[in-house]
Amino acid sequence: MAWTREQMAARAARELRDGYYVNLGIGIPTLVANMIPDGMTVTLQSENGMLGMGPFPYEGDQDADLINAGKQTITELPQTSYFSSADSFGMIRGGHIALSILGGMQVSEKGDLANWMVPGKMIKGMGGAMDLVAGVPRVVVVMDHREKGGDSKFLKECTLPLTGKGVVDLLITDLAVFEIDRRGGGVRLTELADGVTLDMLRACTGADFAVDLQG
Amino acid sequence: MSRKIYSDAASALAGITFDGMTVMSGGFGLCGIPENLIEALRDSGAKDLTVIGNNVGCDGHGMWRVLANNQIRKVLASYVGENKILESRYMSGEIEIEFNPQGTLAERIRAGGAGIPAFYTRTGYGTKVAEGKETRQFPNPDGTLDWYVMETGLTADISLVKAWKADTEGNLVYRKTARNFNPMIATAGRITIAEVEEIVQPGELDPDQIHTPGIFVQRLVKGGHYEKHIERLTTRPRPTAGENR
Repeated sequence: MAWTREQMAARAARELRDGYYVNLGIGIPTLVANMIPDGMTVTLQSENGMLGMGPFPYEGDQDADLINAGKQTITELPQTSYFSSADSFGMIRGGHIALSILGGMQVSEKGDLANWMVPGKMIKGMGGAMDLVAGVPRVVVVMDHREKGGDSKFLKECTLPLTGKGVVDLLITDLAVFEIDRRGGGVRLTELADGVTLDMLRACTGADFAVDLQG
Repeated sequence: MSRKIYSDAASALAGITFDGMTVMSGGFGLCGIPENLIEALRDSGAKDLTVIGNNVGCDGHGMWRVLANNQIRKVLASYVGENKILESRYMSGEIEIEFNPQGTLAERIRAGGAGIPAFYTRTGYGTKVAEGKETRQFPNPDGTLDWYVMETGLTADISLVKAWKADTEGNLVYRKTARNFNPMIATAGRITIAEVEEIVQPGELDPDQIHTPGIFVQRLVKGGHYEKHIERLTTRPRPTAGENR
């Protein structure tokens, strides 16, 4: 058993707090936008230059001048603001965005993240990922626990080129949730997915972790 | 007619393009790209170009057309997906790509335009991006130290930008997320050419709402045709009458 993409996104949504400005990456993190609890105000930042991202437009209402960082057509809200990419990354690098939720290829027990290139394959580029992990005070990574072949993606050391060194605070996989001390204080396992046992998790995890299960 | 205004994109580029030049071009994906000036750059035939921008167009669109015409030698960008020609020429070594983190690229251009030769950023420390670059520590407010990477400012021989409206002095206003890299790129060109959808008379734009002051714009043209291709059309169904949503 393991968590579905939706369950992983729902777990990530529990990291949201009222009043937060948040940047969501592409993939599972995007699903978090639909899971903001009722009554909570969360402002979504799109790094191409927008605060206050609205939902997809109604069919026929799309505007080529209004897209998100995934190049999807979106809408504005009454509280929306627009700005340049330099201002946008000033917000990100300057620590003004409270939370970044993004995908990963590998995470290490020291909080290193790799998610932008695989040597020998075509590199598309890191986009804004390196700036987000370097500048946002709390970084949550949501990814599958294992490669398709079964190898752990949560490791002692990343083998892929890094996106950031010591940048991940919380790792949510389809099997478990880990708190990571990005200053090198180690990893705590805090939650197991339904039906996942500690022995099963240990058998498929490359990283060392202490067990601190809640509830 | 204002001395800055040109009748079309080709005449706006006439006499200033040359082989081996560095060109900056605004836009994020295909949003806010100077479509008409890019076409004119392709038609100019200038080759061995170094192109600086967040992306290099995508299959069939934007700067891809200059790339497909074999005019580009080197690219500085943060993301180059959805571009098969660039992929094959990069893998074969015909084109050099310098990948920059998006915020670092934006700030390098801003710095270049503002006369700042270099700056330090935490972005990329401990990654390939920092290889060969100077690094040093700076204190945080709490007294702890963090490592930073030195990045250099960027300028260009020609900057191509797209705005929504301009007045005849070259004051520019952008629209929605089509602003993106355009304001910084406008400041970083030795010659900056802006294309817009509408040119109005001085006084018709609110001076308090100008995004790019005209000092940064040397040449101005009203775009002849806008494709505004959407890369990823995403919509939701319109609620039917009577539905409460």
